Amino acid sequence: MHTEQGSPLLRLQGLKIAYGGIQAVKGIDLELRAGETVCLIGANGAGKTTTLNAIAGVLPIAGGDIEYRGERINALPAHRRLRAGIALVPEGRGIFTRLTVEENLRMGAYSRNDAAAIEADLERVYTMLPRVKERLPQVAGTLSGGEQQMVAIGRALLSRPRLLLLDEPSMGLAPLVVEKIFEVVQSVAREGVTILLVEQNANLALEFAQRGYVMESGRITLTGTGGALLQDPKVRAAYLGEDA
Amino acid sequence: METLIQQFINGLVIGSVYALIALGYTMVYGILGLINFAHGDVLMVGALVALQTMMFLMGIAPGMSPLVMLAIALAVAMVICMLLGFTMERLAYRRLRNAPRLAPLITAIGVSFLLQTLAMIIWGRNYHTFPQLIPTTPLQPIPGVFVTPVQITIVVVSALLMSGLLLLVNRTRIGRAMRATAENHRVASLMGVDTNAVIALTFVIGAALAAVAGVMFASNYGIAHYGMGFMPGLKAFTAAVLGGIGNLGGAMLGGVVLGLVESFGAGYIEHLTFGFLNSSYQDIFAFIILGLVLIFRPTGLLGERVSDRA
Repeated sequence: MHTEQGSPLLRLQGLKIAYGGIQAVKGIDLELRAGETVCLIGANGAGKTTTLNAIAGVLPIAGGDIEYRGERINALPAHRRLRAGIALVPEGRGIFTRLTVEENLRMGAYSRNDAAAIEADLERVYTMLPRVKERLPQVAGTLSGGEQQMVAIGRALLSRPRLLLLDEPSMGLAPLVVEKIFEVVQSVAREGVTILLVEQNANLALEFAQRGYVMESGRITLTGTGGALLQDPKVRAAYLGEDA
Repeated sequence: METLIQQFINGLVIGSVYALIALGYTMVYGILGLINFAHGDVLMVGALVALQTMMFLMGIAPGMSPLVMLAIALAVAMVICMLLGFTMERLAYRRLRNAPRLAPLITAIGVSFLLQTLAMIIWGRNYHTFPQLIPTTPLQPIPGVFVTPVQITIVVVSALLMSGLLLLVNRTRIGRAMRATAENHRVASLMGVDTNAVIALTFVIGAALAAVAGVMFASNYGIAHYGMGFMPGLKAFTAAVLGGIGNLGGAMLGGVVLGLVESFGAGYIEHLTFGFLNSSYQDIFAFIILGLVLIFRPTGLLGERVSDRA
């Protein structure tokens, strides 16, 4: 499983996360190499979102290690993980509804102080997401779900992430909008950003990602390339709605 | 007519002070959902530290110009209060960030008692005369209407500070981070914002404004005392609720409206009650307003949402 393409960008080892008294993640191993697109699929409550939140640093871990670029970051606070290049687009988008669209995007660049490059990156986000550009002075709470998801992704990109964590970007959105969003994510991946995608829509996720992990009740039960998992009868039965 | 204008001026002056204090309540509430009941006592510490500084300066440099002396005293008071605000948040409130909301509220009341008791130990139980370093001889812009230079200074300085705060919060990067943190701590930290630092800064700014308000309050009435923060604190809290707690513009509006209501109320209370109550009962207006707002418009004049965040 180890293609020698340099050391992994992110490595989870025996990661355990307790959440409200119960163990939501019960010791998982996961590895991401630089430039990869990987997805984490599984049923509701399997621990996918919990795992992403722990990687981003907004949830404390109960055991195991998170290694990023060869260093243990178990205790690094969330704001410093962002500075190190880990950006999370959280479940439910996490838009600042009372800030304008432009202010939301600029929040993504909060930790940077290269003003000229920020403006250039803003322009790039506008070309990538033309719908967003039309709405810059608008309070973000007034946007549609799809537009909010675009803003959330654009905002994360403005931090110039090395590792982009996406939590259910398709949630609650119409198929056409989901397609648009995945086009954007695809183009981000092509620029070399490593992506870890959590999705309920397993079909979509496995087609998008090079590799996938299947999570069940806090454990990783299967892993393989996207194509192999798509063909796996167990996956097809459990997540793609087919009879075994 | 003269009485009417006079009451308006008096109301505007005291309302400006309420507004400055109310901003501290509303900023902390906006970002933490906490009513910092010790905020009024920060005002008291500001006034007493300024007083102490003035006494010291009068001792070592009796010939110093009064305005320079006031400026130094104000600066010292602000620095001490900022440290106090920082310490309060760090030691008392931070560890209660995820506690049930009654815990920080009761802690705030405890901090208030603590500050008053410490002030009583340091400065005694007596009322102190607060030096009037800005001339108090009233001007008469209209015959029968009196305005003192102290009053003019209070209104001008308050207006400047409030404009500065609005610029900071609405137009700067750190202000944007404050608003983002107020809306969602977790997502703000995902944007690289050190939310602990932003929360500490909010306390520090509120405390600095309270220090200025304390010096104004003491200058206006000419006295300072360990318990002097209680009543203006409570009224400024009322002003913040009246304007819509969590809303900066609301705190300013609420402060000024409350000051005006109180001033007009004090002026006319004898007529209104047919001589039964006199102007020493002026405090009832603030609390009648608090009651009415909570019953009929709990979100306040400018508030849109009832925040139930802990």
